[in-house]
Amino acid sequence: MRPDLAIIQEWIKPGSRVLDLGCGDGRLLQYLQDNKDVRGIGLEIDPTNIESCLRNGVNVIEQNLDSGLSNFRSDSFDTVLLAQTLQALSKPDVLIDEMLRIGKNGIVTFPNFGNWKSRCYLWTKGRMPLSKFMPHQWYNTPNIHFCTVNDFDALCVARNIQILARTVVDSQHKGSWYMRAWPNFLGEIAIYHLTKNKGA
Amino acid sequence: MPQTIPTDSVGLVKPQVHHFDEPLLLRSGAVLSSYDLVVETYGELNAARNNAVLICHALSGDHHAAGYHSLDDKKAGWWDSCIGPGKAIDTNLFYVVCLNNLGGCAGSTGPISINPETGKIYGPDFPIVTVRDWVNSQKRLMDRLGIEEWAAVVGGSLGGMQVLRWSISYPQCMRNAVVIAAAPKLSAQNIAFNEVARHSITRDPNFHKGHYLEHGTYPKQGLMLARMVGHITYLSDSAMSAKFGKSISDFESEGTNFGRDLRTGKLSFGFNADFEVESYLHYQGERFSENFDANTYLLMTKALDYFDPSVDYDGDLAKAFENSDCRFLIMSFSTDWRFPPERSREIVTKLLKAKRDVSYLEIAADQGHDAFLMPIPRYVNALSAYLQKVYEGLA
Repeated sequence: MRPDLAIIQEWIKPGSRVLDLGCGDGRLLQYLQDNKDVRGIGLEIDPTNIESCLRNGVNVIEQNLDSGLSNFRSDSFDTVLLAQTLQALSKPDVLIDEMLRIGKNGIVTFPNFGNWKSRCYLWTKGRMPLSKFMPHQWYNTPNIHFCTVNDFDALCVARNIQILARTVVDSQHKGSWYMRAWPNFLGEIAIYHLTKNKGA
Repeated sequence: MPQTIPTDSVGLVKPQVHHFDEPLLLRSGAVLSSYDLVVETYGELNAARNNAVLICHALSGDHHAAGYHSLDDKKAGWWDSCIGPGKAIDTNLFYVVCLNNLGGCAGSTGPISINPETGKIYGPDFPIVTVRDWVNSQKRLMDRLGIEEWAAVVGGSLGGMQVLRWSISYPQCMRNAVVIAAAPKLSAQNIAFNEVARHSITRDPNFHKGHYLEHGTYPKQGLMLARMVGHITYLSDSAMSAKFGKSISDFESEGTNFGRDLRTGKLSFGFNADFEVESYLHYQGERFSENFDANTYLLMTKALDYFDPSVDYDGDLAKAFENSDCRFLIMSFSTDWRFPPERSREIVTKLLKAKRDVSYLEIAADQGHDAFLMPIPRYVNALSAYLQKVYEGLA
């Protein structure tokens, strides 16, 4: 399993209901169904991924996240996941609010633009960073809303969102003490476990 | 006629007639004291008797879903594109059951059958049957065949509505519900089109208040018109253009045909059929009117109009699904304007509200409502992938 998914699955309670936004081929949900007795539904728009979900016995709904989630009831899931999709959304802040409306808690992962490699790239070349991890040119990238760990922390404060846990890993999805010490500078992928603050 | 039977065909098939003597109470309050159901099956029922798939037919369908009745048949069954060895509904894996619904005209008891109480043809006196009545009769067939649980109940359009009704009435009797190009109930526009169809039939001078067979005639013109209107709603604008519209470059080079296919290459300046689409509709109407009973057509359209499983649940379809423990696969087609994707999404939203296991696919297809009968790769592959997993889950 992808190491970021291995971290995520630790936060999901056995027997819970999980909504996976941008579920890909459904591998995580399949793992959670088989090993944690989770009842899951994935949202996906790529036809090949959707067919893989069906083949894997994973419930999948063809739905574009940018069209909203109004068809989902409040508090109808335990956990709502958003893995590596935040930066491609047209209204990421609205979607996070929606996640925490629909789920009791949410898990978000995104590439940290504040990572030292991005900073060096921009500093030395003066151009938008390209890497194996972020291979697209600025004009044709699906990633239209990059943010940093600090940006995301600020959004959580502004929206009264409680951070239950936060971790950062490198592009091999490995963590270390120094990454945890300087997450916004050293972390390449940020992983957040969120919930609504009481009274929010 | 097929020169030889294709290897992925179920081959030559023979319908079976099952007679039922236990009276069937209909939703209207009327009772059918006895009736026949004509059935085709493909594949083998396994020892555990759990690999059966029920196929529910749509408005003008019947029990002949796949294969051929004889080598002289011009066409295979109506869903041969999906049913057969190695096909999406794989008869190497599943025991596939398809029947002609009550009120039909292909062998099950309906308006052209003899009413045992009068000794005469039922004609217009055949009681109004609803989707619920069909499902109740299908349940009796299931018991007769010794099937305790369907691996899946599958249907498109009006067939999909029967699947929804199954999931509400008999959720314990099925593992999966596959609902294709359907709707939770008809829109006012859907009912309006049905009323045009009914009006054209009942106002045909040969209709004789439904007793046309006793008069040795039938309302051919009315049935033709009904089918022509229906056919327009089954196709999308783009499907019609693809079939009958010249491409823009042809339009520019010829300059005389307005971008549509002319039958003779020039305008008649009369009221003859100038365009291919006109003669196509005439042909479809003609062929249909010769093979379908007008009273059955009236009954089928009424069954559509009356379908609304939420009526027993204060109008809340989500409540209706509360006990529907089966898994659902819902599919729609982008250019279907009879039951467009929004209608399927309504079903999905209600299933989500009821916390059901549901998958939903919106297939990009040009063919309109008819797409559900077409071998569209993404659609057929998805159905195949889903049912493959269903089969694996039977063990």
